[in-house]
Amino acid sequence: MLSKDIRKHFPILDQEINGHPLVYLDSAATSQKPRQVIEAINDYYAYDNANVHRGVHTLGNRATDHYEGAREKVRKFINAKSTQEVIFTRGTTTALNMVAQSYGRANIEEGDEIVITHMEHHSNIIPWQQLAKEKGAVLKYVILEEDGTLSLDKVRQAVTDRTKIVSIMYVSNVLGTMNPIKEITEIAHAHGAVMVVDGAQAAPHLKLDVQALDCDFLAFSGHKMCGPTGIGVLYGKKELLNEMEPVEFGGEMIDFVGLYESTWKELPWKFEGGTPIIAGAIGLGAAIDFLEEIGLDQIEKHEHELAGYAMEKMSSMDGLTIYGPRDPDKRAGIVTFNLDNVHPHDLATVLDMNGIAVRAGHHCAQPLMKWLQCSSTARASFYVYNTEEDVDRLVEGLRIAKEYFQ
Amino acid sequence: MPTNKLDQLYRSVIMDHYKNPRNKGVLEENNVTIDMNNPTCGDVIHLTLKVEDGIVQDAKFEGEGCSISMASASMMTQIIKNKDVDTAVKYAHVFSDIMLGKEIDESIDLGDLEALSGVAKFPARIKCATLAWKAMEKGLGAEDDEQ
Repeated sequence: MLSKDIRKHFPILDQEINGHPLVYLDSAATSQKPRQVIEAINDYYAYDNANVHRGVHTLGNRATDHYEGAREKVRKFINAKSTQEVIFTRGTTTALNMVAQSYGRANIEEGDEIVITHMEHHSNIIPWQQLAKEKGAVLKYVILEEDGTLSLDKVRQAVTDRTKIVSIMYVSNVLGTMNPIKEITEIAHAHGAVMVVDGAQAAPHLKLDVQALDCDFLAFSGHKMCGPTGIGVLYGKKELLNEMEPVEFGGEMIDFVGLYESTWKELPWKFEGGTPIIAGAIGLGAAIDFLEEIGLDQIEKHEHELAGYAMEKMSSMDGLTIYGPRDPDKRAGIVTFNLDNVHPHDLATVLDMNGIAVRAGHHCAQPLMKWLQCSSTARASFYVYNTEEDVDRLVEGLRIAKEYFQ
Repeated sequence: MPTNKLDQLYRSVIMDHYKNPRNKGVLEENNVTIDMNNPTCGDVIHLTLKVEDGIVQDAKFEGEGCSISMASASMMTQIIKNKDVDTAVKYAHVFSDIMLGKEIDESIDLGDLEALSGVAKFPARIKCATLAWKAMEKGLGAEDDEQ
């Protein structure tokens, strides 16, 4: 377990909700922000604010240095070869849409296949649905194993020589399942398909290494990893990005502009039309510093331990169903569950009255809910600032809810 | 725990409607069918109405959702049965006012609906309570564009 001192960095945790100390168990939706991140954004606006890549003046240079410095931090964080492969976006959704709109439109033809899975978040379903509809391509789903994991055999069955894109989440936002991305990438490549990874739930929790994974694209969001909302990253292999057309056109991304023809800047800027998300990138950079100081391996370990502790405590409750892999080592710090005879919304309200924040609903994964055969579930997700006491409070809250609705 | 606030939300009348829903099912003879869902949470309702001569002769619902949404649907069907369409729609407006925490004209007989007034204090749950009413308004052709 990580030291409880980490909590001191998060000012928001130091408050009462409905008369109880806050227990925040909704980090999979968005994480809380440490003081270091809040101050980095604040300092940028207070001392260094200017537009980037154009100022001759000192503030312009400072802003550019901070912005591009954040890009270098991201490059190191995911072990990309070059900062040219790191594009700042509004978030995971935007990043995945960029791949579908740019790479997808240029490379998908009628009858081609796009392979995803039943556990995907809506943001990794709909861009492909739209692309498949537009091009007359086939969208294929890899079905899940009983315990909510993916079997490589089923992936092998789904991916064929007609498959052009395989797009799969690294860590499930509902089941907590950690998918074997490296192996799936090998399968995709063996058939000449590109591998797209939705890393939204992975980036906050485990060490990413795009070179080791050999994936072609990776998307993630800043706000789930202690950074601000409104910033995310699209990683792409340079040779692919170079071939791709920008999705947004306008200022900042151009090289020469004529009356009827224009040319684009080089990577990564050709994909960053308009004034970029400067403060967001700086905040994300500060979040990366914060996470790396703790150590991603330590964070992963902490979450496995907390999820294990939670599952052990919760398993002993009558009428409580936990979804996803039973083995805590196969899952990240996410526990999704239902309590018999208590609808997740009612449960979430009772927990909120006890100061405990959990998510209730379909978690932006309606096809997965269908697979689980339930319309909604409750979810507790853990992060660096959570403790065993938080889990105890959750379990106590569940008891209260159960009694209340008996 | 502050049971008071929770008790304001989950009145016994609500729990009774949740556990023993009135008018649950599907009307075999119906001329209005509405399916509606709450995309943010996954609650769904399947509402069937029999409307003749401007009167809601019968109403039944099926659905899946939390206690608030299902109890609200149960109460809604109970209250609109045998009412004329205008009155049923008027009740939908009154219900919307209840959710906004507005004072309700004392001359209106709210019946069990009064129990749902506590929902106004739980902004996140208002959408749960209004689902069935929106379905009914839609079915009676009186969708409020503003909502």
